[in-house]
Amino acid sequence: MKVALVGNPNTGKSSLFNILTGLNQKIGNFPGVTVDKKSGFCKLPDGEVVSIMDLPGCYSLYPKTQDEAIVSDILSDKRNEFHPDLVIVVVDVTNLKRNLLLYSQVADLGIPLILALNMNDLAEKEQIFVDADKLSELLGVQVVKISARNNENIQGLKKAIASAPSFAIHSSIYSIPQSSQNLVDKISSEFNYDNEYASLLLAHQYSAAKHLSKNETDKLGNFIEEQDFHSEDQQVEETIWRYTYIDKLIKECVHITPKPIEPSLTDKIDDVLTHKFWGFAIFFLILLVIFQSVFTWAEYPMALIENLFSWIDEVGHQYLPDGVFADLLLNGILAGLGGVIVFVPQIAILFAFIAILEDTGYMARITFLMDRLMRKVGLSGKSVVPMIGGLACAVPSIMATRNIENWKDRIITIMVTPLISCAARLPVYILLISLVVPDDKIWGFFDLRGLTLLGLYVLGTVGAVFVAWIMKHLVKGKAGSYFIMELPIYRKPRWKNVFLTMFDKVMTFILEVGKIIIAISIVLWVAASYGPPSRMDSITTKYESPELINSYPAAELERMESAERLENSYVGILGKAIEPAIRPLGFDWKIGIALITSVAAREVFVGTMATIYSVEGSDDDTANIREIMAAAKDPQTGAKVYTTATAFSLMVFYAFAMQCLSTIAVVKRETNGWKWPAIQFGYMTVMAYLASLIVYQLLR
Amino acid sequence: MKLSDLKIGQRGIIKEFTDLALSVKLMEMGCLPGESVCLERIAPMGDPIAIKVSGYQLSLRKEEASKVILHT
Repeated sequence: MKVALVGNPNTGKSSLFNILTGLNQKIGNFPGVTVDKKSGFCKLPDGEVVSIMDLPGCYSLYPKTQDEAIVSDILSDKRNEFHPDLVIVVVDVTNLKRNLLLYSQVADLGIPLILALNMNDLAEKEQIFVDADKLSELLGVQVVKISARNNENIQGLKKAIASAPSFAIHSSIYSIPQSSQNLVDKISSEFNYDNEYASLLLAHQYSAAKHLSKNETDKLGNFIEEQDFHSEDQQVEETIWRYTYIDKLIKECVHITPKPIEPSLTDKIDDVLTHKFWGFAIFFLILLVIFQSVFTWAEYPMALIENLFSWIDEVGHQYLPDGVFADLLLNGILAGLGGVIVFVPQIAILFAFIAILEDTGYMARITFLMDRLMRKVGLSGKSVVPMIGGLACAVPSIMATRNIENWKDRIITIMVTPLISCAARLPVYILLISLVVPDDKIWGFFDLRGLTLLGLYVLGTVGAVFVAWIMKHLVKGKAGSYFIMELPIYRKPRWKNVFLTMFDKVMTFILEVGKIIIAISIVLWVAASYGPPSRMDSITTKYESPELINSYPAAELERMESAERLENSYVGILGKAIEPAIRPLGFDWKIGIALITSVAAREVFVGTMATIYSVEGSDDDTANIREIMAAAKDPQTGAKVYTTATAFSLMVFYAFAMQCLSTIAVVKRETNGWKWPAIQFGYMTVMAYLASLIVYQLLR
Repeated sequence: MKLSDLKIGQRGIIKEFTDLALSVKLMEMGCLPGESVCLERIAPMGDPIAIKVSGYQLSLRKEEASKVILHT
């Protein structure tokens, strides 16, 4: 049996889902859209196991967002693969009137129903008493009082699921108005719908219905025009009718003890958290804590993961026979996998914080506070948290944009977040700054190097705001998106929810993004390890000559050989090929190779530089490579390679360029296609190129 | 008088809407003709606003609130 949970946002629907399914749940996407699909299994008292699906929160079956459209599609279309056998409508008892609107619509679809009155604990505290028996009698469905937060009467709900009828026995609430009857009959027979309200819903949203062919949509459009059907007028009429019905229900079944009106705790907290001064001060403090945590708390586990992978690598090299297979496994796949797993601590921490912000109700206040400011540059109040997270890493931040309901706001946030200087740029900046910026202080106070670093962060942020502002005018927004949003009451975070959200996001990242990263890592490995066979063979012969072997120590020789191999690999050839294009930026072919390999991840720059200049050293050991890069000279002119102009040009390039496979992969996943990652890669590359060109030509 | 003209703490009764599509959304959220609303707070930069309606807090932009007409 398939059971679906339906309800308004903030009704405790996901808490209930978590209680019913436990860790026994699966998170994915609905086919074709990036709407979270959560499903799991639940064992009933009689031993039967039912599947439970948590549908996205919505206020009515007239969808205003992608999330809501999914609910409407699934519930009204009996042929939909997710169409449930039983629906549990979860309502917040403290806000019964608004919640029952959705119930009354779902009830008319002719699916067996259970009404779960959630937040019973709060209702009792506020002295709201609902006569569940009476309500059950009037509606003709089982009504169960629960409190998902306190695990109250979940057993009762499970019993109700077990004893639910297999077909709807309750009568429908709303009768189709005479003026629409013709149209509804026509749709019912044409599309083989056995429920009149489902046919009416189809008439309202046929243009967005995914299961219809172009032909069917056109046909429906004609019907509607013929019958002179005005969707919005009908919706208003129906909504008012339903509320009148609900008012009567509430009058009969709900008893509220009137009490003196006094400011609630939420009001008092809001007075501080949305205050002109304190509101912003506390908000920035919270951001600071999140940013610091993602940066510093993740450091230790990330180092642990890196060490683990280098240990596996070492062991692998020790025990696996040398050869292409071992090389592919260790330098291609394992390196790619390590590059994915290393982000896990940051993702886990950022999402734990985001889940807490959501769960407590503070996220809605952030939106409320920042909306005006962010709207000026084409973003929304909800873009703030992902963009701040971008300072640590764009990958979890882009995943976090799912909280932005408006598609245009969301896409712009995704597009600009990688411009915010992330942690991976830091090693590159540090290396280059230490190369050309003197270790001096201005006015004996400000560290010049620190100021340069700050300047690069400001540059990235200004770039992001600028691009957002341009995109605001270019990206077409969907009509009918409103800001209208509930400010839920403040509640304690539910740690189980926080943990589950964290767990889900980490798993999604590893499974979905990991696939793409590993595939591209392998391609990059092939391009960097192989070259035209004739060239590679001659290198092998060269380093086998006793002359060379005798004049250099073995380790030195190995480094020389690997540097020469890289130079002649496909990546190296590509680096030389793009040299004419990057010359005006002050880059030579060696930097060209680093630019290409950096596409895997920015911090690879340091490692590549180290390999090319064949020095010993890992990413962290920048002292050595710095000296060698400082001494590097152009073989023809004898001029220094890393002048101030070249170094600054390179830093600006790294500030703007999209050099991160993980980000590309996550944008592909979040936007459901290659269009947006391609646009992003394109505009960022152009922007980086032009900015570097200007910087180099000015400083030269 | 419009919803956007209310001062903090001031109450009003919804009379009608001047935007049909918006009215559907607002009604779903409990803002019905005849319903009493109270302006609870205004965001620090003057927009959006938060109102109390049918027992909960709802935030909306001023531009949206200007399409809600109140009884005078």
